[in-house]
Amino acid sequence: MLNYLIRRLLYAVPILLGVIFLTFVLFRVVNTPEHAAINALGPKSSVDARNAWIVNNGRDLPLYKQFATHTIQLATFDFQPSITTKRPMGETFREGVGPSLCVTLPGFILGLCLALVLSLYQVFVRNSAADRTITLICVVMMSLPTMVYIIFGQAVVALGLGWFPVSGFTKGLDAVRFLLLPVAIMAIISLGYDARMFRAVFLEEIAQDYVRTAHAKGLSATRVLSRHVLKNGLIALITLTVGQLPKLIMGTLLIESFFGIPGIGNVMVQGIQTSDEPVVLACAYLGALLYLAALILTDILYAAADPRIRLS
Amino acid sequence: MPLLEIRNLAIHFHTEGGVVEAVKGINLTLEKGETLAIVGESGSGKSVTGLALTRLLPEPPTRYTSGEIIFDGKSVLTMKADELRKLRGGRIAYVFQEPSTSLNPVFTIRNQIAEAIQLHRPELRDVDAEIIKHLDLVGITNPAQRLHDYPHQLSGGMQQRVMIAMALSCQPDLLVADEPTTALDVTIQAQIMEQFRELRSKLDMAIILITHNFGIIGNFADKVAVMFRGKIVEYGATKDILGNPQHAYTKALIQCIPRLGAKKRRLITIDHAALEAAGA
Repeated sequence: MLNYLIRRLLYAVPILLGVIFLTFVLFRVVNTPEHAAINALGPKSSVDARNAWIVNNGRDLPLYKQFATHTIQLATFDFQPSITTKRPMGETFREGVGPSLCVTLPGFILGLCLALVLSLYQVFVRNSAADRTITLICVVMMSLPTMVYIIFGQAVVALGLGWFPVSGFTKGLDAVRFLLLPVAIMAIISLGYDARMFRAVFLEEIAQDYVRTAHAKGLSATRVLSRHVLKNGLIALITLTVGQLPKLIMGTLLIESFFGIPGIGNVMVQGIQTSDEPVVLACAYLGALLYLAALILTDILYAAADPRIRLS
Repeated sequence: MPLLEIRNLAIHFHTEGGVVEAVKGINLTLEKGETLAIVGESGSGKSVTGLALTRLLPEPPTRYTSGEIIFDGKSVLTMKADELRKLRGGRIAYVFQEPSTSLNPVFTIRNQIAEAIQLHRPELRDVDAEIIKHLDLVGITNPAQRLHDYPHQLSGGMQQRVMIAMALSCQPDLLVADEPTTALDVTIQAQIMEQFRELRSKLDMAIILITHNFGIIGNFADKVAVMFRGKIVEYGATKDILGNPQHAYTKALIQCIPRLGAKKRRLITIDHAALEAAGA
């Protein structure tokens, strides 16, 4: 197990180097030193000031030297402070993680539970009118873009019915009233897709021989589904869901910016809009890092869910 | 009163492609402790008959269009769901064809057998001891050490023994063995059949053995029912049928058994067209 983990972490190194290389090409080669200087100093800055910035930031050095510094900086998490807020990245992230998780974590768990219950129910009443109706609703839900949910939520539920504030965030327990609507939208956005996928997974399992054995033992249909079928479907569910975990920490771009939640997603959107290079670079790099971590976690969970899988 | 009585049972599958008549009005009786073999080729309706005994076939598409299944005086086809669940496993237990897929891959064998015992014998205190007793009964060596094994850690023969132990653990009155040896190689097949014989002499239990293999029923079954295209074409004592088959299909099936030491020639196949022309 430990050996496996060490090996997996070593495998992650080349991928990480690839990420570093790609970000370098995007941020240091495609984005020329002149552009970077204008971004940092503003369009009204003098040519001399820009040239001085280029020299100070080492952007006049040969590319291989720049790549070396870039690699060392990313590998040691030594990010430049934000250009717009002038604050160090570590601080920005520490402040953003909380609000992001406030929305994404309950939204993710709620969405997952809803999708599980819905798909298991569909399998329970498979091929009936209820099953077909739910499938139809799921397809409609899958087809609607995220924006539709957000605008509907803000315009109809928040503004029209006045059940929730349209947007905003506050510290402490009072935040709940701001969070309810974005959490609900987060939970609902992928419900159609997830329920369809889970249903397909469970339908495949329900045709297996061990399900017949379970029924032949005299188990109730609910117990067969919730114990035998669910546990066998876990592998597929892990694949479908664990890959979404980085999104929880990185926040959701659209929901956070529309609901004014000061999470990392919001930081990222503002960074992109203001061409805040250090912010975007740090977000891209951390996102890739978290994704790699999620992949390793997926493998570990496989072994936990299925005794036939050995990590070695 | 017989343990099991099947009267004029007909089973249809209503699929999108039309109605399939799987079983067309069969009659069978089984006394307590008696052994019946149902023999027939693939698609003859023998497995469907076995599964129908506790209504394990999915409804829909399955429809029981006529007849009755009376088990211990109660009609299975009109039973309520909870009564049916007590019957399944508790009074009629199954052993299926493919042990490697019939056991749940993600639970230990202890877990799977305990689930059945806790369901049908909730008064039992020491579940583990009971599991070990039954694993020992079906010839698993060091049963206590195997308790926490997963199915994939056992060989095919061992897996089938676990299936049998699970079926026996609730002390059923009737064991339905649906092609229990088909997925196993010949030596293991012989061992499992030997196990069944031993168990039958130890336990007072009726057995229905469903097979396509006339070769394995000789010293085993009291009675044989030969099924062909959803009907029972011949039914009687094993000795009579093996020694003096009346029906053309039975004769053809018996001829298909390869004999040791017989002159090498092409294996005999069944000519369905000829059988049909003869009115089978």
